[in-house]
Amino acid sequence: MFKKTYLSAGIAALLCHPLASQAASDADLQAIREQINQLKQSYEQRITQLEQRLQQAEAHAATQSQQTVQPVTAVQSAASSEGAFNPAISLILGGTYSNLTQAPTIPATGFAMTANPGHPQGFNLGESELGISASIDPDYRGVATLALAPAGGVTVENAFVQSAALGHGLNFKFGRYFSGLGYLNEVHAHAWDFVDQPLVYASLWNNQLGEDGVQLKWLAPTDTYIELGGELGRGRGFPGSDRAKNGTGSGVLFAHIGDDIGIEQSWRVGASLHTTRAENRVSTGVPDLAGTVGGVSNSFSGHSRTAGLDFVWKYAPNGNTANRYIKVQGEYFQRRESGQLTYNLATADSYANTQSVWYLQSVVQFMPNWRTGIRYDQLDPGIAAVGALNAGNVISNYGFMPSRATWMLDYSPSEFSRLRLQLARDNTRQGLPDNQLFLQYIMSLGAHGAHQY
Amino acid sequence: MNKFILLAFLLISTSAHAALNVFACEPEWAALTQLLAGDKASIYTATGALQDPHRVEARPSLIAKARRANLLVCTGAELEMGWLPVILRESANSAIEVGSTGNFEAAHFVAMREVPTHLDRGDGDVHAAGNPHIQTDPRNFLPIADALSKRLSQLDPANTTYYQQQLLNFNVQWKAAIVRWEKQAAPLKGITIVAQHRGFPYLNNWLGLKQVAELEAKPGMEPSASYLSQVLSQLQQHPAKMVLRAAYQDGRPSDWIAERARITAVMLPYTVGGSDKAKDLYGLFDDTIARLLAGLK
Repeated sequence: MFKKTYLSAGIAALLCHPLASQAASDADLQAIREQINQLKQSYEQRITQLEQRLQQAEAHAATQSQQTVQPVTAVQSAASSEGAFNPAISLILGGTYSNLTQAPTIPATGFAMTANPGHPQGFNLGESELGISASIDPDYRGVATLALAPAGGVTVENAFVQSAALGHGLNFKFGRYFSGLGYLNEVHAHAWDFVDQPLVYASLWNNQLGEDGVQLKWLAPTDTYIELGGELGRGRGFPGSDRAKNGTGSGVLFAHIGDDIGIEQSWRVGASLHTTRAENRVSTGVPDLAGTVGGVSNSFSGHSRTAGLDFVWKYAPNGNTANRYIKVQGEYFQRRESGQLTYNLATADSYANTQSVWYLQSVVQFMPNWRTGIRYDQLDPGIAAVGALNAGNVISNYGFMPSRATWMLDYSPSEFSRLRLQLARDNTRQGLPDNQLFLQYIMSLGAHGAHQY
Repeated sequence: MNKFILLAFLLISTSAHAALNVFACEPEWAALTQLLAGDKASIYTATGALQDPHRVEARPSLIAKARRANLLVCTGAELEMGWLPVILRESANSAIEVGSTGNFEAAHFVAMREVPTHLDRGDGDVHAAGNPHIQTDPRNFLPIADALSKRLSQLDPANTTYYQQQLLNFNVQWKAAIVRWEKQAAPLKGITIVAQHRGFPYLNNWLGLKQVAELEAKPGMEPSASYLSQVLSQLQQHPAKMVLRAAYQDGRPSDWIAERARITAVMLPYTVGGSDKAKDLYGLFDDTIARLLAGLK
């Protein structure tokens, strides 16, 4: 179109020109023809140039508009489907292969009357842990953790409601929860640094103290982390015993203090006290002075009071835990039990004992995804004060300090999977050292909640 | 007696002037809040520039600081998913709980990129709300500053005029700076790059960088030797100009590929404090562009 306009304009100009010079010679005419041709050529050149420039401009504008369809206006995505209200669901799949040189049912020397969760042997599906959590309404949040036992059956590990709107640093929890005592008690099995719990938890609380009750925590409005908490519960977990009665069966008090040192280090220390009562708590296979084969069954009724200290210290270069870090932790607990012991379920007399247990462990992430750790556990069975009637039956002094040394190596291809090798030398049973080997996998599906410190 | 009343009054009035306590999840939001709130806010930064913001622990100190905060300024878009929920729960501070005026998520105010069409952990660490590394495009700071300034006024109405003035100043200076940066960065347009982590879509979009490969097989998975050699052979056929990583990331995968593919490894500060020169938000982009331009040579 442009071409034609320019051309016609040119021709018009040329037409005007000869009219003005009627007396032009043939030579002049020839010169004019050449000029026309030159003009025509130059116009055509310029027109094609213009067309090219137009095309370029159009193409540029197109890419520009593609690029600028961007920021500034934010579109708030509206979650409209019913599915958006579904709670967060997570499933932990875990399993172990264990090789032990001693029967796992044999209790630690001097600890036959405490818990002995032991270890399964061979290939073993661990508990599959199903977690569901969501806000209930603006005031409450609900959490349930169901443990699916490999042999079938479901146990309720946690099922609690937590206040979400109390503010002022107050946290109120009720239902079934892991007690806030110590450092590791609240940590779920899939987040343990070793295949098994330290002996502190294994023997004093049968791995973890779960309570049915109420918990109130208060965080002080200070720059340093200071948390105080208390619990009143049914007392169903070991060392308490489930029983039918009004009122409370156990109480827990704890305090935690923590802070950072620069950007690379952080720490937390805590103190806890747990009191409960045992009613006809029967322990089987307890060795006696008579050396009864297979031991005897003793029943204990009385008070149980456990107090202890815990600490954890973490270090990461530049504070970047994704690459490398070191974690050192330790806990010490002492339990005093006093009451009535019924030897062989027949002879009852007074009984009191103080036992103490501690562990110290360190886990190092030496490169991304890879961690190794060592742990040392030691138990002190104590010297029991046994009533006269049972002085000839019950062993009061075992004269042996059970201990265990553990090493582990784990590899986590992602945040959601972990593979672990663990070796342990278990010297908790006098004269029966146990070399233990474990292979473990822990995989987590679905929503993965944030982990605690 | 009168003196005593005067003293008491002074004490009360100073406490009434107490600054807003701000808990900033990442250094860039601390820096922005500082520009907008000046001395009206006392700001605590929860993470450092050399920390992976996905992988921060819910440390006791963070819980204690969140307990006293009036305003929480975070990226959102699930970047802090691994630790912030614990902080909010444990600090039991209703002023900053999710959905309240004191809970500010910057990602709400910008258009997100790389919003996945389907979610599967098999795709690695993808965020349902889109790529959360929004701080690498300075243009994103304009709508965020606008919203944040309004939030400051809501929480501290007495200083509204001050906040508005600060916002005006910021807008003028920031827009001028963007023009300057874009001019400086003109030679970067269309340059091909490799990213160590999928953390630069906003930067790429802003400067017109063309990302041709990533060193992580899937986002959030550490670069493996086998995958790196795969990337290397790809780069031998389709070369790139440089490989980018954020200051908090381990330099070894970048250096490995840079050495073998004969390209430049460029470390970007990524946030305030990520390099010596990235002392504030302006320094962050000054240094980012300077480093990218240096990578061209």
